[in-house]
Amino acid sequence: MMKTLKIILLLTVVTISTAFSLKTDKGYKVGDTIENFTLKNVDDKMVSLSDYKEVKGFIIVFTCNMCPYSVANEDRIIALDMKYKKLGYPVIAINPNDPRASKGDGFEDMKVRAAEKKFTFPYLFDEGQKVYPKFGATRTPHVYVVSKPNMKVEYIGAIDNSSKNPNKVTEKYTEDVVDALLAGKKPKKTETRAIGCSIKTL
Amino acid sequence: MFEKSIYILTFLILVFSCKKNNSKTVAKEITAVNSYTYKELKPLLERSDGKTYVVNFWATWCGPCVKELPAFEKLGKEYSDKNVEVLLVSLDFPKQVEKRLIPFINRKKIESKVILLDDVNEDYWIKAIDSNWTGAIPATLIYNSSKRKFYEQSFDYELLENELKTFLKS
Repeated sequence: MMKTLKIILLLTVVTISTAFSLKTDKGYKVGDTIENFTLKNVDDKMVSLSDYKEVKGFIIVFTCNMCPYSVANEDRIIALDMKYKKLGYPVIAINPNDPRASKGDGFEDMKVRAAEKKFTFPYLFDEGQKVYPKFGATRTPHVYVVSKPNMKVEYIGAIDNSSKNPNKVTEKYTEDVVDALLAGKKPKKTETRAIGCSIKTL
Repeated sequence: MFEKSIYILTFLILVFSCKKNNSKTVAKEITAVNSYTYKELKPLLERSDGKTYVVNFWATWCGPCVKELPAFEKLGKEYSDKNVEVLLVSLDFPKQVEKRLIPFINRKKIESKVILLDDVNEDYWIKAIDSNWTGAIPATLIYNSSKRKFYEQSFDYELLENELKTFLKS
């Protein structure tokens, strides 16, 4: 009887502690070094961060076809790439959704959307949903600014302070971060939040 | 005389019950959803009146949110006499309130109270509502005067009821 109780108690402790560790250790934090990844682009070619030899860093954006917040930010993501690719910070977009859980977010759908919107950046498919958990991305859109050569996470958050309405933007978080890095300064805001769609998995 | 009064009483009951039913169906069709800023919403997230509040953050465009709504509706009904109130805070785009949100509420016959949160300063209020909320929806806050917990996850009825029960025990 005592023994059973002890086992139950132990199991409870283990369950609770794993639940907590899962909660607190979710992915990269600002200051962490990220691993390289290789994912398939909408042009059917594989893309690795390590392929980019000449860049100063990356603006990695988890986004997708179906989330209205992603759609509301598409033009802003394109604008980021247009402005910063030539300065050494290209946009790398990744769709983290499992198409079985989010109709319209399949690889073929991504090709259609990328062509429609004339994406100027790679739009990668996180097949098997293996990359986004490493980042700890939870929503679309979700931005990570990473600097080379140490592949250090400099910023996690939103594109700007008005995700729904581009006309009401008063602070461009991501641009401010990249501008600071380009000027050799420390970014002021390294973490921001915005409403977004949860990442869809089965 | 006695018989007569019974008849009158029955008649009156019938009339009133009909009337009540009618007004209920009329009241169900909503024509507006009140819009709140975070400052206006805040008092609704920290009431201390002995009730337990289940506050769900959702939107009509959010698939998993729409999927879990029936669980919140059911909870609201089953626990309405147990001092529990469900509040649905919609994060729909303001320009889609007329076109999408209101028709959705009427079509799905949503009975819980629905309000719209329209506040541009997301970075501020997401953290203020819960320091661990990254901003993904669906998300749910359950609280009463002695306990408060935030969930950035989806619920089914069983899971939701189990969570609610942990608030009702004490």
